Amino acid sequence: MHFDNEELPAAYLQYTRTKIIILCIGVIILFFLLILSISSGAVSIPPIEVFQTLIGESVSLKWNKIILSIRLPQALTAIVAGAGLGCAGLAMQSILRNPLASPFTFGIAHAAAFGAAFSIIILGSGVMQNSSINPYVIDNPFATTFVAFISCLLATAVILLISHLKRATPEVTVLAGVAIGSLCTAATMFLQLFADDTQLAAVVFWTFGDVSRADWGELAIMAVVTVLSLVYFYYHRWDYNAIDAGDETASSLGVHVARIRIVGMIVVSVITAVIMSFLGIIGFVGLISPHIIRRIVGDDHRFTIPGTIIMGAILLLASDTVGRVIIVPHVVPVSVVTSFLGAPMFLYLLVRGYNR
Amino acid sequence: MILTVGGLSFQYKSREIFNDVTFELGRNEVLAIMGPNGVGKTTLLRCLNLILKPTGGTIMVEEQNIMHLAKRDVAKRLGYVPQKQESGRMTAFDAILLGRRPHITWDISEKDLKIVHGVIKRLNLEHLSLQYIDQMSGGELQKVSIARALVQEPDLLLLDEPTSSLDLKNQLEILSEIRNITRFHSVSVIMTMHDLNLALRFLNKFIFLKSGMIYSAGTCKDVTPEMIHDVYGVQTAIREMYGYPVVIPLTG
Ligand SMILES: Nc1ncnc2c1ncn2[C@@H]1O[C@H](COP(=O)(O)OP(=O)(O)OP(=O)(O)O)[C@@H](O)[C@H]1O
Ligand SMILES: [Mg+2]
Repeated sequence: MHFDNEELPAAYLQYTRTKIIILCIGVIILFFLLILSISSGAVSIPPIEVFQTLIGESVSLKWNKIILSIRLPQALTAIVAGAGLGCAGLAMQSILRNPLASPFTFGIAHAAAFGAAFSIIILGSGVMQNSSINPYVIDNPFATTFVAFISCLLATAVILLISHLKRATPEVTVLAGVAIGSLCTAATMFLQLFADDTQLAAVVFWTFGDVSRADWGELAIMAVVTVLSLVYFYYHRWDYNAIDAGDETASSLGVHVARIRIVGMIVVSVITAVIMSFLGIIGFVGLISPHIIRRIVGDDHRFTIPGTIIMGAILLLASDTVGRVIIVPHVVPVSVVTSFLGAPMFLYLLVRGYNR
Repeated sequence: MILTVGGLSFQYKSREIFNDVTFELGRNEVLAIMGPNGVGKTTLLRCLNLILKPTGGTIMVEEQNIMHLAKRDVAKRLGYVPQKQESGRMTAFDAILLGRRPHITWDISEKDLKIVHGVIKRLNLEHLSLQYIDQMSGGELQKVSIARALVQEPDLLLLDEPTSSLDLKNQLEILSEIRNITRFHSVSVIMTMHDLNLALRFLNKFIFLKSGMIYSAGTCKDVTPEMIHDVYGVQTAIREMYGYPVVIPLTG
């Protein structure tokens, strides 16, 4: 068959160009936000100085230490975690065909936190410190993350079973997610019975996820895992688009629907496990970033994947910055800020009827 | 022969839907699969496309057994339009572009865009190309889905009740377009159909399914009131009017 009429669709090209421009604007916003975030906090640093330090041309070195060893890793952690969680949410929403899906709403985040707590308290893969900035040090990040990952996989398996074997409605799957989340939270609390005072403080602290906990080494692990996962998702963007058009259509277009689902959920579990075991539970970024970006660029995963990466990063970085400046000198953990943002949005989606 | 189906059978769990279905289809032919509701027409199309795995038999497309091909390669040879369409917040152009997915390795090329544009023009969908498909009527969506299957550039097109949600004008338009495409683009079509009049008018060959078997098959000129009675249990007469065969129900 041959339908090529040697003519490019001008209107469509214009339409995709607009979306690319929107994404570029997002990147620029993210960059300015990064400068702003690094410059603000208990000590404010002039944005110009931040910029000069970042490009390695600073004249005065007095901010170097604050910028390079505290603020920059924290900001980059927010960016990586936001991008990873956002994309995990987007992938779940597409794979499960459920607009309410995200690692947090389906309890996978709680499962990760439980796994990490279990590894640290029972298996002793970390040591708790009595310090409010960094209440624990993970001796063995691989063991901790691995246990968190196994725990995530169990939660994921339950969700896949419920949403597909039983052909449950989106609401039923969400309720199942809530149940899994509560169960994992209860199990984490149960572990507290075996914890000493400092461990107890740490576990409680854990339920408020925070991006200031990661150092450069942990950031590197998170970044590698997240980047690999994002590449995986982007590589399969056409498959997600096809699944949006219906399982049958996707299958007739050569997509291994069941395989894409299962592998996709495993990748979601990996991202969630790594991020949650280093940072604690951070909610709602994975739910709301995809929804905001769909409003702006539509449902096409060629654009929603990069868009969600940018949006998730912006949301988490902005939340972290707000949390640091809102009641100086106290720091509000980023998870508290995201919940203030995300919970109303979630309720809105539920009430409005979430027709994607 | 573009398609040779031999001894095809399928069962859902323990329930047998059809058994030993055997037929052939030549190049540029349009075949209607007809039969009462629930007889297994949709299931048969899904099996031909390997969306469902047949429990027995062979499906050869141009002497090649497609059961041994990778899913992507099957999709390059067979296009499928399901009975029910799903819509999302995606423009018609993007929805149709999806049909290029079996040919895409990393990203779309100019050629893909040109093919999609060509099919859109051909099916008169230009005014809809940037409209979201969740804001379309059932008929418009049906045309978009047919366009998606066409841009796959398949050898064989499987359409499940392609005219069921179209108005009179669009039924005629789509069917004659499909007939033209089969004439000029070396593609064959299998479609399921309930409207006997349209089938007799536009299609070359027919298969009547009855209780899991091929009850009768042949060219559309061979359809008789007896066959229709045996398959649907309805008394009819077939008359020629203005040069077209017309089925007139006599009971009810
Ligand atoms: N997933 C399934 N599991 C079990 N049985 C099924 C399934 N899907 C369809 N069936 C059964 O298989 C039979 C054939 O269904 P099919 O959809 O192929 O019929 P059809 O000929 O296309 O009917 P219609 O004209 O109404 O579209 C029906 O009796 C149906 O109940
Ligand atoms: Mg059917």
